[in-house]
Amino acid sequence: MADLTTNFIGIKSPNPFWLASAPPTDKAYNVERAYEAGWGGVVWKTLGSEGPPVVNVSGPRYGAIWGADRRLLGLNNIELITDRPLQVNLDEIKMVKRKWRDRALVISLMVPCDEDSWKDILSRIEDTEADGVELNFGCPHGMAERGMGSAVGQVPEYIEMVTRWVKKHSRMPCIVKLTPNISDIRKPAEAAHRGGADAVSLINTINSITSVNLDSFSPEPMIDGKGTHGGYCGPAVKPIALNMVAEIARNPVTRGLPISGIGGVTTWRDAAEFMALGAGNVQVCTAAMTYGFKVVQEMISGLSQYMDEKGMNATADLVGRAVPNVTDWQFLNLNYVTKAKINQDDCIKCGRCYAACEDTSHQAIAMSADRTFTVKDDECVACNLCVNVCPVENCITMVELPKGTLDERTGRKVADYANWTTHPNNPAVAAAE
Amino acid sequence: MSNSPLTPGVVAHRLAPAAYSQNFSDVQPVFDRHEARVAADRCYFCHDAPCMTACPTTIDIPLFIRQIATGTPEAAAKTIFSQNILGGMCARVCPTEQLCEEVCVREVAEGKPVEIGRLQRFATDTLMATGVHPFVRAAATGKKVAVVGAGPAGLACAHRLAMKGHEVMIFERRAKAGGLNEYGIATYKTPNDFAAREVAWLLQIGGITVKTGVELGRDITLAGLEADYDAVFLGIGLAGVNALRAAGEDLDGVRNAVDFIAELRQSDKAAVAIGRDVVVIGGGMTAVDAAVQSKLLGAQNVTMVYRRGKEKMSASEYEQDHATQSGVRIIYGAAPIRVLGTGKAEAVEFAYTVDGPKGLEMSSETFTLKADQVFKAIGQTLLAAPIAQDGAKLVTQAGKVWAGGDCAAGGEDLTVTAVAEGRDAAEAIHATLMA
Repeated sequence: MADLTTNFIGIKSPNPFWLASAPPTDKAYNVERAYEAGWGGVVWKTLGSEGPPVVNVSGPRYGAIWGADRRLLGLNNIELITDRPLQVNLDEIKMVKRKWRDRALVISLMVPCDEDSWKDILSRIEDTEADGVELNFGCPHGMAERGMGSAVGQVPEYIEMVTRWVKKHSRMPCIVKLTPNISDIRKPAEAAHRGGADAVSLINTINSITSVNLDSFSPEPMIDGKGTHGGYCGPAVKPIALNMVAEIARNPVTRGLPISGIGGVTTWRDAAEFMALGAGNVQVCTAAMTYGFKVVQEMISGLSQYMDEKGMNATADLVGRAVPNVTDWQFLNLNYVTKAKINQDDCIKCGRCYAACEDTSHQAIAMSADRTFTVKDDECVACNLCVNVCPVENCITMVELPKGTLDERTGRKVADYANWTTHPNNPAVAAAE
Repeated sequence: MSNSPLTPGVVAHRLAPAAYSQNFSDVQPVFDRHEARVAADRCYFCHDAPCMTACPTTIDIPLFIRQIATGTPEAAAKTIFSQNILGGMCARVCPTEQLCEEVCVREVAEGKPVEIGRLQRFATDTLMATGVHPFVRAAATGKKVAVVGAGPAGLACAHRLAMKGHEVMIFERRAKAGGLNEYGIATYKTPNDFAAREVAWLLQIGGITVKTGVELGRDITLAGLEADYDAVFLGIGLAGVNALRAAGEDLDGVRNAVDFIAELRQSDKAAVAIGRDVVVIGGGMTAVDAAVQSKLLGAQNVTMVYRRGKEKMSASEYEQDHATQSGVRIIYGAAPIRVLGTGKAEAVEFAYTVDGPKGLEMSSETFTLKADQVFKAIGQTLLAAPIAQDGAKLVTQAGKVWAGGDCAAGGEDLTVTAVAEGRDAAEAIHATLMA
């Protein structure tokens, strides 16, 4: 049985599944239930400065999009940081951590962008014996209007400055949580790295309007006829998060900087993908909010089985395994040729591949009178759209043409590896000659 | 309740009053919105969809299902009705397991098709519940068309003609319009007077007058209609019932299944007399409808006897399962020799059959089933001699007559086929009148 214990920047947990700082981690009651269910760690819902507690709306704070059978695919929220008094949170954190020594407990923080505010909050939390802090530079709604959250996370200089303050005034491990609402995720990650962060976590939520009510013409979630952008998360954002994690993992400037992967982790498989792209652990929120804390049990058993099947003994064997395979377009092998192949035994003759190819792609699928669908190798550019729209998994596959065989489309034989940097059509290559 | 399923003879009130409304309620209730959404989500939106090809009226099934999935069942209904104005009834009575659902790619792949029939009912019921009729008539053409028979073919033809701007007069021999929808289909498939409501909804288009109690050959003649109208459509169905050609057929208690079904549709169920031991002879939908409803009326033993094997039975697998699950026993491969009894039916003697190279033959092995009531359901025929046909058009002196539905040659004897033929005849009539 694979060992799922992780040591993330010195913080140990029995498995790599942490609950992200969010509504499920707002109080001892939830956090203890999460630990009982098996979660390896928790990032406590973001604490703010001492003072009058934050106020939330009293109307809907979540919006969603759904797939078939109302499967929740994306969730957005306009909830702010914790709206409970600071001391109540601190007392509960201390109590919970004493009771659950083997689990990770990290405190998320968001205070105004001045050194005194950060120094003050860090001293207030010292006594809780929490394992670390996570700087919330990510939330894109509400608090950002007050100069916090993503307002900080969108300015790399601020990230670096605040991270320095935190490292200066605290000995706790420090994770910087990044916002995806930015054009190049490498820049804030580099800033956190320069500021001395022990790790980054990403992604926080994405600015979003989940839908528009076509009767009242108000965005959802709607508060008294109005709506505002909220933070989007859940399965729908996973591809965006995976890319951002990978960009940081393969960036020479930040290579080796520990990453806590966040964004739509719903199953063990999602978690394994984040880890393969360099995440040392993952944080989960929407899956727990959709299905309850018990989902972690599937994540644990699934990851464990996968690692056993792959002969991996520890999570470190998995972390980063896919990073070397993430590259730039210009380095892709232009002599890698595949052709779609339809398995006639599996084909259910729905014709979706045909419609997709005929209407929107390369007219490379033939349809016979008896609804037999076949690929025309002399037209197929291997775009993969037929594979993607086919309702039967593995019915259509991409088959690689071995080196030396004829590509009927181009009339050329499959040659050795060559990429754009040396391609004759590349103006840069011509200019260099 | 004085009677019970054990009471001998053919009697009414075999069940407690409440049992009747339960037994004859909707056999398959309409989907609610969520069920419809889930069922609709299973559709793959196939290219050149096989279901659509299999539908005799060529309803754009993938499109209407997508319209349901996106929360516009009213638009879905319009997609259905534009091809099949009796889409509401067809959603209830079509043997979908032999048509659209049989060829659904998910049936082929998983043995579980998209539930097209039930989705169609959800859409059509939704729109019809609004009371809105979704079609308007074109400008009046000044042409008059007579439609004989207010069954599915006649109604479909009349609606399409009215939509095109023609004035339509329907002549119907029975007291109500609807044809087999009103008189020939099991009650539990179309409860709450659906057939009549559907006719009323259909007629909302305007331009259609229905005269009931008028019979072709008795009150009107084809030649007379040709003289008075610009075109005539015959959708007169099959009024004759095939005889058993077995001794004892005239004994009391022996009856045409279609008459029993029609009586049941028009009556208080508790007051309909039914035997303790019922034998239904035949293997089609009419036989199943009669057998199942005999059981629902409280008959103790109901046996359907079909002369050929299970695979030859025209009632679908689904219908056969429905019958057996309702408590009907089905005997395959036996044909009646004679009905036994003195004055009234008491039993039926059958011989097992052999389906060999020389066709179906009676074997020497016989058996007898107790029967105080016998329903004949071995097919119906056109009473009058068929008229020569050129496609949907009939060869007459004036050349103004078209035909469709069960009375026309060819095609399957299904409501949906009748609708298609009526609709297409209307298009042909329209093209001719406007040429």
